[in-house]
Amino acid sequence: MLKRPLSPHLEVYKLKYTLIGSGMHRLTGLGLSAGFVLLVYWLMAVAGGARANAHASRLLSLPVAKVLYALLIIAFSYHLLAGIRHLIWDTGRGLERKPAERSAWLLAVASVVLSLVLGCFAWLASGRTP
Amino acid sequence: MTLRSPLRGVLGLGSAKEGVHAWWMQRLSALALVPLSIWFVVSLLALPALDQATLVAWMGQSWTALLLILFVLVAAWHSHLGVRVVLEDYVPDPGALTLSLVLARFVHVLLAAAGVFAVLRIAFGGAPP
Repeated sequence: MLKRPLSPHLEVYKLKYTLIGSGMHRLTGLGLSAGFVLLVYWLMAVAGGARANAHASRLLSLPVAKVLYALLIIAFSYHLLAGIRHLIWDTGRGLERKPAERSAWLLAVASVVLSLVLGCFAWLASGRTP
Repeated sequence: MTLRSPLRGVLGLGSAKEGVHAWWMQRLSALALVPLSIWFVVSLLALPALDQATLVAWMGQSWTALLLILFVLVAAWHSHLGVRVVLEDYVPDPGALTLSLVLARFVHVLLAAAGVFAVLRIAFGGAPP
């Protein structure tokens, strides 16, 4: 259908962690886009007053929502750090194979740590608010 | 003296020197979102509670409202650029692609407008108790 040369399809590449990391950046980005819908819904609920907020906060404190928040924390941590890595790449630094592989590992470890830290704080904060 | 016909320019052929626009905007919004998103997450976690009164008092502060509006606008912009790239990569049918791109833009404009409206309404004391 397309009358132009296509770049090689995904299947020809060896599945390496650097490739998985790149896909993760897109996936977490899409997840955060969904989270943005939630954020606007929440803002509109607060703007609608306590009654609208009561309905929304019941919805937003369902167990399903808590799983969603955990996923959003993980997505945020990963996308933020991977995004910073991308911005560093844009300056032309760290693009060679060795540094890219090293930063992929660093990114994996750092995003897990950041997720855990944010998750702990969120858990502590949720203890404050019944 | 050039022999090239100006018709080429009139018809909009050739490089418009705008090929990197979307790319650059993605980077600009990403750069702005680094401090904005960190500020948002940290201040949300630092709030003593998430009930109506606390939230209204928090968003009633000028700097909070201002930064929240910037965060909503830049996040919507960044999200739109990202979703657009994904759609362009994975929706092969031209008709479906156009439709989904239009839809993505409408949804993001709606989200940005709703977010800004909500923050302004709360900040100016317009939210019912």
